[in-house]
Amino acid sequence: MLKANSDKRRAKNGLPLKAKWRRDWQMVLLMIPGVVFLLVFFYLPVIGNVVAFQDFQPYLGIMHSEWNGLQNFVNLYANPDFWDALRNTLLLAAVQLLLFFPVPIGLALIVDSLVSNRFRRWFQTIAYLPHFLSWVLVVTLFQQSLGGAGFVNNLLRQAGLDPIPFMTNPDTFPLLVVAQLIWKDAGWAMIIFLAALTTVDVSLYEAAAADGAGRWRRLWHITLPALRTVIVLLLILRIGDILSVGFEQFILQRDSVGPGAAEVLDTFTYYAGVVGGDWSSGAAAGLAKGVVGALLLWGANSLAHRLGEPGIFQRRT
Amino acid sequence: MRPVWKENPSPGYQAIKAVILGGFALVIVVPILVVISTSLASDKDIIDAGGYVLWPSHPTVKAYQTLFSGGLMGRAILVSVFVTIVGTAIALAVTIALAYATSRPVLFGRPVLLMVLFTLLFAPGIIPMFLVVKQLGLLDSLWSLILPGALGAFNFVVLRTFFMNVPGELLESARIDGASDFTILRRIIMPLSKAVIAVVGLFYAVGFWNAFFNALLYLNDTSKWPVQVILRTYVLQGKSLSADQLGVHPPPQPQSLQMAVVVVALVPIAMVYPFLQRHFTKGVITGAVKG
Repeated sequence: MLKANSDKRRAKNGLPLKAKWRRDWQMVLLMIPGVVFLLVFFYLPVIGNVVAFQDFQPYLGIMHSEWNGLQNFVNLYANPDFWDALRNTLLLAAVQLLLFFPVPIGLALIVDSLVSNRFRRWFQTIAYLPHFLSWVLVVTLFQQSLGGAGFVNNLLRQAGLDPIPFMTNPDTFPLLVVAQLIWKDAGWAMIIFLAALTTVDVSLYEAAAADGAGRWRRLWHITLPALRTVIVLLLILRIGDILSVGFEQFILQRDSVGPGAAEVLDTFTYYAGVVGGDWSSGAAAGLAKGVVGALLLWGANSLAHRLGEPGIFQRRT
Repeated sequence: MRPVWKENPSPGYQAIKAVILGGFALVIVVPILVVISTSLASDKDIIDAGGYVLWPSHPTVKAYQTLFSGGLMGRAILVSVFVTIVGTAIALAVTIALAYATSRPVLFGRPVLLMVLFTLLFAPGIIPMFLVVKQLGLLDSLWSLILPGALGAFNFVVLRTFFMNVPGELLESARIDGASDFTILRRIIMPLSKAVIAVVGLFYAVGFWNAFFNALLYLNDTSKWPVQVILRTYVLQGKSLSADQLGVHPPPQPQSLQMAVVVVALVPIAMVYPFLQRHFTKGVITGAVKG
């Protein structure tokens, strides 16, 4: 009985552990640095989230701070600042999804329709560049262009018009944020759509054109269906990321616009916890965000599977 | 070449396309050009233009001389360069080793791979990260800017996908000739993946150079600030550089100084960009499609 079992195990695993170790020990050694990094700088902080269930005091540390169950979450629930942050996060995510998401698709369609390769390369070179600039640099460039003393407002003043407070008006802040995102990443996000477009079988276009389909019908019946998988994939990623809206972007502009419009969950965590010293509330907000984000990503991915799309986390067969 | 079935675009369509793409490109290029021009402009240019200069008629590098003669900027550049070079080297070594080891069906390969992929799903959060870095005694140390970023899941996926496509027969025959796994990695895998490794390295380098929040979170000591934090403090927040930070009297127009700070943050990226652009499309697509 025992022997039969161990035989079965061997058949399943191929070799006994010892032989595998003798064969693979160098590979295991190669994994060690990476695994240590993961344990220390990912899994240890993941466990460190227990401070969300403590009345954490830095001088006591995690080991000696008192546990207080769900009290921090109850406090969050009663904290209007947290609800502001949550509302801003969802609002900004929705505006981004609506206004940012279609832009790279549109750009890719236009670029793909260009016949001149030179013009196309020239445009791509410029459009990809801002992705590699830091958020500090992007926000600075926006401030120098659109800020109170920026060159656009300088021009307006020289023309005798009133300057427009693009950078400091909390009401238009969501639009400003999307404009910055488009400036920085729309060109970059275009890459993946362009790649998908190159996989479309040209004979489909040819056949459709021979059957009398004009450019718009070809776009609707051939091009867009070809992009569907990629669009679904990127939508899933966006949904999983919905609570993260772009942390550095907000922390950099929270002073000039005010927390009323620019406080998002991540900045709330930072200002309540690290700056304000209310570690436990911050950690509770951070943990809630992480868990909900993971669930959203998982849910969106399962939904995509349901709809027959590959999604991001593919099931192995 | 226009395929025969494609109708010739009407002038209207062409004009709309040109306006959209041209406008998009201009909006990207003009602010960058204005910043560079203003950093090179003389005091007179700036006063005449009322702040910003499109084309400096009396170009001067005085702003840069001023910036570099003081300790502040020189130190910040040293910090950023150190973090970028050391960080990229460590991150590449760790990522290559892990990606190779998990690209073959070996002992522990599967669970370790899942350990990495889980990082894509969940983020541990700012506060626990801060507490761990603090507990390790890394606060106010430059290592706090390097170590937490030493394994990027995306870069890992790109490298692993590439390594998986190296034919197994190649490795098998090397093994029969007596090569160890270390030798195979160094002598076969790495030479075959030079371009991908270069691109991943540049992604890491750009990330380390651009990192801002880590420095804000972990460093209180202003003498250890990297370029991005200097940019935020003295340009975005508009804090003025004091005379002893500059070491030149009288300092040039603050406008050109500030723009010189912006350019310093920009130049390294602009320098690696042409190389990056030549190769990244492939890397991004292998990573995204097969990840």
